[in-house]
Amino acid sequence: MSEMFLIIISAILIENYIFVRFLGICPFLGLSEKPSTALGMGCAVTFVMTISSAATWLLYHLILVPFHLEYLKTIAFILVIASLVQLIEMFLRKSVPALYAALGIYLPLITTNCAILGSALLCIQNGYSLINSIIFGFGSAVGFTLAIVIFAGVRARVNFAEPPTCFKGVPIALITAGLIAMSFFGFQGIKLPL
Amino acid sequence: MNEKNHATLTSRFMEGVFDKNPILVQLLGTCPTLATTTSVENGIGMGVSAMAVLIMSNLLISLLRKFIPQQVRIASYIVIISGFVSALELLIKAYLPALDASLGLFIPLIVVNCIILARAEAYASKNGPVDSMLDGLFMGLGFTFALAVLGSVREILGAGTWYGIRVMWASYHPMLIFVMPAGAFLSLGCVIAAVNAIKNAAKNRKQRAGEGK
Repeated sequence: MSEMFLIIISAILIENYIFVRFLGICPFLGLSEKPSTALGMGCAVTFVMTISSAATWLLYHLILVPFHLEYLKTIAFILVIASLVQLIEMFLRKSVPALYAALGIYLPLITTNCAILGSALLCIQNGYSLINSIIFGFGSAVGFTLAIVIFAGVRARVNFAEPPTCFKGVPIALITAGLIAMSFFGFQGIKLPL
Repeated sequence: MNEKNHATLTSRFMEGVFDKNPILVQLLGTCPTLATTTSVENGIGMGVSAMAVLIMSNLLISLLRKFIPQQVRIASYIVIISGFVSALELLIKAYLPALDASLGLFIPLIVVNCIILARAEAYASKNGPVDSMLDGLFMGLGFTFALAVLGSVREILGAGTWYGIRVMWASYHPMLIFVMPAGAFLSLGCVIAAVNAIKNAAKNRKQRAGEGK
């Protein structure tokens, strides 16, 4: 139990996907204009990442390892993730239309989100069990959501500021992200007995 | 004819490396940019790896462009790209273990690098194989160039060295923040701002020259 708790805390705060591991920066910069959009993307990522961690773990340990095909994991994972996103999209459209409408355009974008593939590869690299992989996927996605929502909130205020012309737009956003990353760096001091 | 070819090559080179630089102007593929530029060496390693995949995938996609059905093209592109990435991953593991250790996770993640898919969709799916390979080469050079610049800034300020050679004076105290994640965001922001400033200055100069006439 305590191991699961440690995995969650470390995935959310200490090894935050955006600010420490640099995974999923594209949607982080692209979809963080409004906190509500950011939250939508965060929820979609959380949903897919939790399911995909389980699916890729099963694929790796039940199919790739017995047949000694570990070197194919990148291809296999990206295909599984792409089809999983499609499946989830179809399933949601039919059975949970409210959630489908809320996640909307963010679902298809997730296929090329490096955070999802990264999370699947990290689970294998860290040698997690199935349960721990799911928890790690969920925790990392929550960390991603936390980061993107905080950043969207800060960015909404930065928009009212007057930076020098050449800093307008993306550069000032990156510098803001740098400042938030520094505050996340504070969590690095916590050494968890993992 | 030859001269004309030469001129378009130069202009396409300039386009890939400067005017339409994938990172500094188009802002594609920011994840590996931020993560692997802790030193010039890592930056160039990442840039060259991505360039190799980009050239090969552009070539193959361009050769197959008439056979890939429109509806499943993105999936096919991803399969082609991940095939090359897996090959590259094995090659790097075998021959450059040091690079493998420092880039780690980001080699398999070249698969989801937006630059490669973007060039496949925007260029290789519409043009011939030779043109597509050149496009991959120039865009890859642009990517490598941007990574090298960012890597230089971070390594010089953060470690006082450039490609492992000491360049700052002896009493220089390295600003560790630049090697850390926060420094990655700060340096990329400043480099892009500098690019914007140069572009604005060039535009103003052109305008003033226009008024002078």
